Amino acid sequence: MPALELTNVRKTYTSGDAEIVALDHATLSVAEDEIVALVGPSGSGKTTLLSISGGLLTPTEGEVVVGGRDISGYSAQQLTEFRRSSVGFVFQSVNLVPFLTARENLVVVNDFGRRRGRKEARARAEKLLDELGLQRRMDNLPGQLSGGERQRVAIGRALMNEPDLVLIDEPTSALDTKLGEQVMELIVSEVKGRSTAAVIVTHDARMAHYADRTVTITDGVLAA
Amino acid sequence: MKLGLLELWRRPLRFAIAGASLLLLSVLLLFLGGLLDGLFIGSTGLLRAQKAELVVYSSDAKDSLVRSRIDPDLRATVESVDGVAATGGLGVALVGGRVPGQDDLANLSVTGFELPVSSMPADVQLAPGQALADRSLRAAGVEVGQTVAVGSGQAPVEVVGWVDDTDYLQQGGFFVEPSTWRQVLAQSRPDSNLPDGTFQALVVQVADGAGAQEVADAIDAATAGATSTLTKEQAVSALPGIKEQDSTFSSIIYVTLFVAGLVVGLFFALLTLERLGMYAVFKAIGASSRQVFSSVVTQSVVVAGVSFAIGAIVMWLLTFVLPAEVPVALVPSRLVQTGVLLVVMSVLGAVVSLRRVVRVDPASAIG
Repeated sequence: MPALELTNVRKTYTSGDAEIVALDHATLSVAEDEIVALVGPSGSGKTTLLSISGGLLTPTEGEVVVGGRDISGYSAQQLTEFRRSSVGFVFQSVNLVPFLTARENLVVVNDFGRRRGRKEARARAEKLLDELGLQRRMDNLPGQLSGGERQRVAIGRALMNEPDLVLIDEPTSALDTKLGEQVMELIVSEVKGRSTAAVIVTHDARMAHYADRTVTITDGVLAA
Repeated sequence: MKLGLLELWRRPLRFAIAGASLLLLSVLLLFLGGLLDGLFIGSTGLLRAQKAELVVYSSDAKDSLVRSRIDPDLRATVESVDGVAATGGLGVALVGGRVPGQDDLANLSVTGFELPVSSMPADVQLAPGQALADRSLRAAGVEVGQTVAVGSGQAPVEVVGWVDDTDYLQQGGFFVEPSTWRQVLAQSRPDSNLPDGTFQALVVQVADGAGAQEVADAIDAATAGATSTLTKEQAVSALPGIKEQDSTFSSIIYVTLFVAGLVVGLFFALLTLERLGMYAVFKAIGASSRQVFSSVVTQSVVVAGVSFAIGAIVMWLLTFVLPAEVPVALVPSRLVQTGVLLVVMSVLGAVVSLRRVVRVDPASAIG
């Protein structure tokens, strides 16, 4: 069963009388343990595709199936539940909660959904942070961490609830080439190590080789 | 909710402005409430302390104790009414008293009584020239064993004990047997001189099983309208200035509470605006609007609660330094009521942010 299956997905917006097509009949399948790099210029529809895949936006047309769940017609409430249980996000600007420690930034994901007990969630958060090389930084606030460490905490947060699909938005945009490569290696090893599928949005074609497959998007149209 | 508490704990300074504003408003609310209660307590103690359900005035007195006259014939008519278990004569003279060793006159409410009030022993017996003084008069230098020169006639009255919460129209309760009261009244207010057996009012104890209002109506009917009989609560409300005092202070208190709600509303509206990005991330990783909003409400309740608690302590400390002329009383029920209302206003203030929180688009977390 594919981790993500988009079939003829279309997303349009209206601006006055004009209709703007952000995604035009996109069809994409991502296997269970596959990493796909989604590459394209700014405004090409990468973020729209990522948002629809993660249940942040609903498509105007088409079918979106994640981990076997067809979320195309989900209500806002159903999408909230879907996001907390089935997908993990790594945001472009990391977006950690500034007043929570590294450990708490992971546990909070569980708190929203109460999927695990408190102790179990804490143990999982610590295990993830340990695997990410942050065993000594668990009690540090984001402000006390380096950029790379924050990025690793964000990856841990995305993996906290054992999602079917991890969606990663421009992970290297604010990093220099060397650190960008380190982060990509880390993402690949963490995602692959858990046999989880991932879609990585990037405008940096140099990073695309870390993925199993690269998909290009231009003006809302996907090209393999 | 836990998120809201954690932020409060780790970043308390972010809430300092709202907390300080609410602390000041809490002190103001408690001060106003304390003044209202102090004025009420100092004006109405004499009537509230009565162990009787009804107060009978002469009808031409417009429910004023000092204008009212109940002569023995009228009293006999009242006592003949079914449901009247006992009556007691009551009269007041508002006069000054010269306290030994004090330069200023003590304001006394010299009260002639027949039925003991709530803080007296049931078998209280006072000889002519003896008084039980309200404990509030200690501020004027009154002590047990002293002889106070009472009224313009300087009638010597010895203080033989204390009573509590019996002040009348901000004058200290000074309970004497009827002949002493009559003497003081005659010397200080010759125009108000009353013959033996005549009192200004009667207090009436209602028989078990009888309804107070029904007995009051029956008394006024039996006296053919010569009396105006009020329940104790009605008599308290009919005292001069009580209703006006209550409505004036209550208006100020409610306006202040409204301002407190506005302060919380404005503060959390600004805080929410500042955090739209963070709330979008919360929603993107699975938080519901209810969870995000509950953390906002939790913060508003805790900020209001803590500010109020500190405000209450500040107000309590203030009562030790306020001059005796400022009749502030911290009453537990007022404390609880003000605290609850402040927290309710804080919740309502936080609701201002609800629409904005609900409308936060999780997609905005991703760019």
